[in-house]
Amino acid sequence: MIELLVRDLRLAIRAGGGFGLGLAFFLIATILMPFGIGPETGMITIIAPGILWIGALLACLLSLDRIFALDWEDGSLELLATSPLPLEAVAGVKALAHWLTTGLPLVAAAPVLAVLLNLPPQGFPWLLASLAVGTPALSAIGTFGAALTVGLKRGGLLLSLLVVPLYVPTLLFGAEAARRGAEGLDAATPLVLLAGITFATAATMPFAAAAALRVNLR
Amino acid sequence: MSIWEYANPRKFMTTSQAVLPWVAGLAAVLVITGLIWGFFFTPDDFRMGSTVKVIYIHVPAAIMGSGTWFMMLITSLVWLIRRHHVSALAAKAAAPVGMVFTLIGLITGAIWGQPMWGTWWEWDPRLTAFLILFLFYLGYMALWEAVENPDAAADLTSVLCLVGTVFAVISRYALIFWNQGLHQGASLSMDAEQNVADVFAYPLWTCIIGFLFLFVALVLYRTRTEIRARRLRALIQRERMA
Repeated sequence: MIELLVRDLRLAIRAGGGFGLGLAFFLIATILMPFGIGPETGMITIIAPGILWIGALLACLLSLDRIFALDWEDGSLELLATSPLPLEAVAGVKALAHWLTTGLPLVAAAPVLAVLLNLPPQGFPWLLASLAVGTPALSAIGTFGAALTVGLKRGGLLLSLLVVPLYVPTLLFGAEAARRGAEGLDAATPLVLLAGITFATAATMPFAAAAALRVNLR
Repeated sequence: MSIWEYANPRKFMTTSQAVLPWVAGLAAVLVITGLIWGFFFTPDDFRMGSTVKVIYIHVPAAIMGSGTWFMMLITSLVWLIRRHHVSALAAKAAAPVGMVFTLIGLITGAIWGQPMWGTWWEWDPRLTAFLILFLFYLGYMALWEAVENPDAAADLTSVLCLVGTVFAVISRYALIFWNQGLHQGASLSMDAEQNVADVFAYPLWTCIIGFLFLFVALVLYRTRTEIRARRLRALIQRERMA
């Protein structure tokens, strides 16, 4: 398992610059928002937590199809399926690798972008906490979506259509925690619920993803 | 004699052929009776005026919109557990029907909401949950279209239906947490203190049962079409092999 994780991380960082793309997308999506909304600082401050959460979600969505696509093309996914490692573990490790290469950099970059968007100082810890707690759920759910669409030729758009409705509860609680934190309200409740979603998806989604992978590898 | 006998496509085809005209006829009679009764023979509500009459389409469509997903969940489970093809095809056939019912519920709600709430759309938990359900239908149907192998498509969509159900329920409660509602509470529940008055309730129940029969008729009809399409596909493949 650890070898697989290390291999996936190495591939993500080295092969063809896929690593930075999600981060760059997060950057441009967030920078574009004020252009669309107008330069009034008050308005941007109010919606900053929401912008950052949606930017992170879209950046995550954009990189989902890479989770299985490369391994599917060169056949290593079939090797993994026949290896002694259970397919559920493979799916879990893939989700973890996706989070480490996409979700974690997003969390690290969020404070910089939050400064650009004039997020109030008391909102920073809550924004970081909500992103750190919530993005693993995005990766876990996304792995399931990627497993559903792995064999399809034009799976990218379909993947977004399938995954976005599944992202709704995560986004709701995550953005709510960040918003309440920014406004100085008590943000613990949505954060705890968000953690619940993350743990539940981390525990169950690998099984759903493995079931979908088995169908696609038949 | 068990229900699983209808999993045999031939048995299903002969039975559904015999039943379909009756179900369709009953649906037509009930829906037409209920709508005429509701539109012309009930008084206007003292607060909502004549806009109350949208209830005879809105409520049955909304019930069937969410009920269809529940039916798809059961047929998906039957497919995953017992591998009956008719079951998977029934789920496939039901999805567009449920999507249209959901859309009708959303649109009639908007038409009613404009004069009553002063807005076409409000990010109310009920409304938003229905919009998300609509997205689930879209994704489910798109996945059916995208996968070429029919068995793989049935498997993948069934798994999606199962996972989607869980997330749809979580979304419903997450939305209640997210925003206070503008939508009124249940108007037909058994234990509520405030239900709709009987003058409105009788035609409403007629419409609901009529919509239920309409749903059964449409799904039977579409499942028959799917079975015929599957047979045609098998014939074409056999021709190619020969």
